Order: sequence, then C-alpha cells, then structure tokens
Amino acid sequence: MTRSDPVVEVVDVVKAFGPIIAVDGVSFTVGPGSITAILGGNGAGKTTTLSMLLGLLLPTSGQIRVLGEDMVHHRYRVLPRLNFSSPYVDLPHRLTVRQNLSVYAGLYGVTDHKRRIAELAEDLDFVSFLDRPTGRLSAGQKTRVALAKSLLNRPALLLLDEPTASLDPDTADVIRTYLADYGRATGASILLASHNMAEVERLCDHVLMMKGGRVVDAGAPTALTGRYGRATMEEVFLDIARNRARAADGADGP
Amino acid sequence: MTEAIVGMGPAASLRRIGALVLRHLYILRGSWPRVLEMAYWPTLNMVVWGFTSRFFAHHSALIAQAAGVLIGAVILWDVMFRGNLGVALSFLEEMWSRNLGHLAVSPLRPWEWVAAMLTMSFIRTVIGVIPAALLAIPFYHYSIFSLGPALLAFWANLLVTGWAVGLGVSALVLRFGLGAESLAWVVVFAIAPVAAVYYPVSVMPGWLQAVAWSLPPAYVFEGMRSIMFGHGVRLDLLAGATALNLVYLTVTGALFLRTVHIARRRGLLLNVGE
Repeated sequence: MTRSDPVVEVVDVVKAFGPIIAVDGVSFTVGPGSITAILGGNGAGKTTTLSMLLGLLLPTSGQIRVLGEDMVHHRYRVLPRLNFSSPYVDLPHRLTVRQNLSVYAGLYGVTDHKRRIAELAEDLDFVSFLDRPTGRLSAGQKTRVALAKSLLNRPALLLLDEPTASLDPDTADVIRTYLADYGRATGASILLASHNMAEVERLCDHVLMMKGGRVVDAGAPTALTGRYGRATMEEVFLDIARNRARAADGADGP
Repeated sequence: MTEAIVGMGPAASLRRIGALVLRHLYILRGSWPRVLEMAYWPTLNMVVWGFTSRFFAHHSALIAQAAGVLIGAVILWDVMFRGNLGVALSFLEEMWSRNLGHLAVSPLRPWEWVAAMLTMSFIRTVIGVIPAALLAIPFYHYSIFSLGPALLAFWANLLVTGWAVGLGVSALVLRFGLGAESLAWVVVFAIAPVAAVYYPVSVMPGWLQAVAWSLPPAYVFEGMRSIMFGHGVRLDLLAGATALNLVYLTVTGALFLRTVHIARRRGLLLNVGE
C-alpha cells in the first residue's frame, strides 16, 4: 500500500439480513489523512456499513479493503492498526477506567501503556476519574473514555459512531479539536457517523450521504451545500431525507 | 503511524490472552464477595455430604469401607460444575457489560478468547474447590489428596468436561442471546444422573449405561471409586475419559468458533447486552 492509496475501499457491497437489504451496492473510498462522515437517517445503513468496515459483520457480497487488506479474509492484519468507539458499545462497568484502558492496551499491544493512558487522560480531561468504576461515570464521561480507548493504539484508521454524543458543547468542541489535530499530526484517517451536522461541517472534508442502504450523494460539505443551494449541511440532510430535488442540476453523483 | 505491535506470533497471542485474563482478575480483585461466593457452594456441598457420609457409614457396609467416597465425589463433581461455570461466566460477563463489540474489533483472535476463558475457568475452579477439599480434612478426616497422582488426572478430565459444556453453552448464548443464559447453570445438571457421581454405572438400566459410558465423568467417578475401594488405578478408565474429553472439547470448541463466525454474518456481536 502506497501513501496515496485509499485507506478504505468499498466496492459494490451488499448486506442482506434474509429478505431485508440493509446495504445495497455501496461503493466509496476514504483517502489517507481525510476525515469522512457517513450521514443518513435512522435505518440508512450507516451502522451496518461501519460494522462491515470493522469486520464485525460479513458482507453478503462485494469487496472491502481496509489499509490495503481484504477485511473479510485478512482482518487480523488490519485490526491492530484501527480502532473504534461507539456510545452503543460499553466497556466493562465494574472495571475502573484505568483498568479498562490497561486491558485494551494489552489487547492492542501498546508499548509503555501507562504513559499512553496518562497522556490520553490529560488530553481528554479524565485524570480525575481514572480510578473510578466505568459504570459510575456519566454518559459524557463514558464517551470520553471510549474515545480514549479508541486512540490507545494510535490507529491509522479511526471509526467513530457519534463521537461527541452526550458531551456538553464545550467538551464536544475540545474533542473535535483533538480529533482534527490527531488526524493532522499522525496522518490517520477518520470515518465517523454523526447526526450533528455542525460537527460534520467543522470536522469533515468529505461526506457520504446514505439513504435506504445506498450512498445517494457524496462530496465536501461546501460542495454539497453549494450543490443543493443550501446554507448548512442540516438543510442538505433534510433535502435528501425528504426526497427534495437538488437545486443545481447536473450535480455529480457519488 | 501506529504504536501497536503488528500482532502476529505466539508472544503477541500470549499477551492478548493475558490481557483478557487480567480483565477478569480485576473483577475478582475488586469484589471479595464474588471470591467468597466461588468457595461458598463447594464448601457447603462438602459439609452436607460429609454429614450424610458419616450417617451412611454407620448404616452401610459399602460406605463404611470407604468413608470419603461421597465427599470425594461431591468435591470432584464441583470441579466439573465450576469448570463449566468458569467458562460460561467469563463469556457472559462480556455480554452483560455490552463489551463484545470492543473485543470483536480488537486484534484478539477467537481462539485466544477461548484460551482466556479456559484459563479463567481453571483459576475459578481452584479458588472454588481447593478450600472445600482442605476443609474436609479437619471436618471429616478425609483428604481427597489421598487419591494420589490420579487426583490430577481426575481433576484435569472433569475440568475439561466442564470446559466442553461451558463452550457449548457460550455458543448457544451467543447464537440465541441472553435469553439462553440460564443454560450456564442447568445444562451441566442434565449430565448429573448419568455421570455416576454417587453411584456406579451398573445400577443404571442397560440403555442408560450406554449413555453414561459415552460421557467422560462416568469413567472418572468409577475410577475414583476403584481407588477408594482398594482396586487401584484403572488406567483403562482414565484413557476412556481422556479420549472422550478430546472429542467433546474439539466439537464444542469448533462449535463456539463457528458460532462466532455466524455471529459476524448475522450481526450478533454489536447489539448484545442486558
């Protein structure tokens, strides 16, 4: 894999659960160092797509390559170099934050994990509750800890499901800045699913719009708002969700 | 770009197994009631069967010949029961805490996950059963350690049977969800009537004897009685138990790994939990 090769290559991927087609012939790429958002309403296929990228779910057909490797057959070559966080997947409640991060540092083979945990606790502002059981944290605190878990191994590809869910605006802003800095400093790519359109506009350089299991549009946030003749991504989102036609004809498809 | 070791090779596997074992040891370290509970039931069983043995010893010539036969049986039965529970609980902990998704996207291989569960099962069994075995010495003047080196073989065989049951149960829970979690406690008791724990296989009806001899515990408990009644170590019985255990562990291990694969196809790894 060269530096200019896509970090994620999804080619004509279908995922069916019996008669239900959750993802229907999706194709896209994520470039090195980019921050890409997958947007779409509930049931659009975002989580299913992310799950397939993580190897949590096998595609029914199509190809998924992550960091140059076939994710279906060689996922263990890739997994040490990616990570993810989601508000819908917890860390063991009875373990303290430090214990949880130590366990995952071991699973990811992080060298000098004590220093790395201290560094993340400082950066993401959770030094004060490092030794508290994870189950006793507030939703916002859990989100920060889950993010720290996802950054432990300094992943080359970071997959985030609603990374600032449950965070107050101030903390959410700090996290967004941190993620942007992390991407710039390490050259890592970030792929995130979010319902926060302001976050997407601020953080992402590329957006995939999903609906009904398909990628229905894609582009930079500014390109999309321009194409739909809208001022914000929220309006673009609503146009797509409510089947309103694009303002500008001849716009490029995904 | 990344700080992680690429993650191949036996050293990396051992590190990941160790990390997952550490996750469960942290829980035990932080909760003395859990540790106490592990030793509680085996000890209670041993006390009840100890008095029962003492009573029978005065009324049964057979029990009088080998006063510890019931205590030995109950202690060894608990090895199998705790072995099963040790695997199943380690698995259920991940489901209860909704941690499966994180584990499944980590570099942890499914077989390493199994190895960590088996290691934890061994640790839980030692914590649970050794206190009961030691307490039987002052309470009833019976030492299971008097079985000699054969005890290790009995212990290992029953532990492996427990592992096989635990892996099978874990596969079913992964496939059918937490609604099936009570299987962790009940499945092993389905084996009890044909395990020949407290009575010989010969007292069973013919057709049930065939079932008993298809399961490793019958060989172990018959072997235990052979020593305690002065007939010496029956290597044929040990060989039978070991061979059957190899078959059952291979089958349930493969079933568990296959179920993990099915879970990836059906999306069962993300949306689990209480």
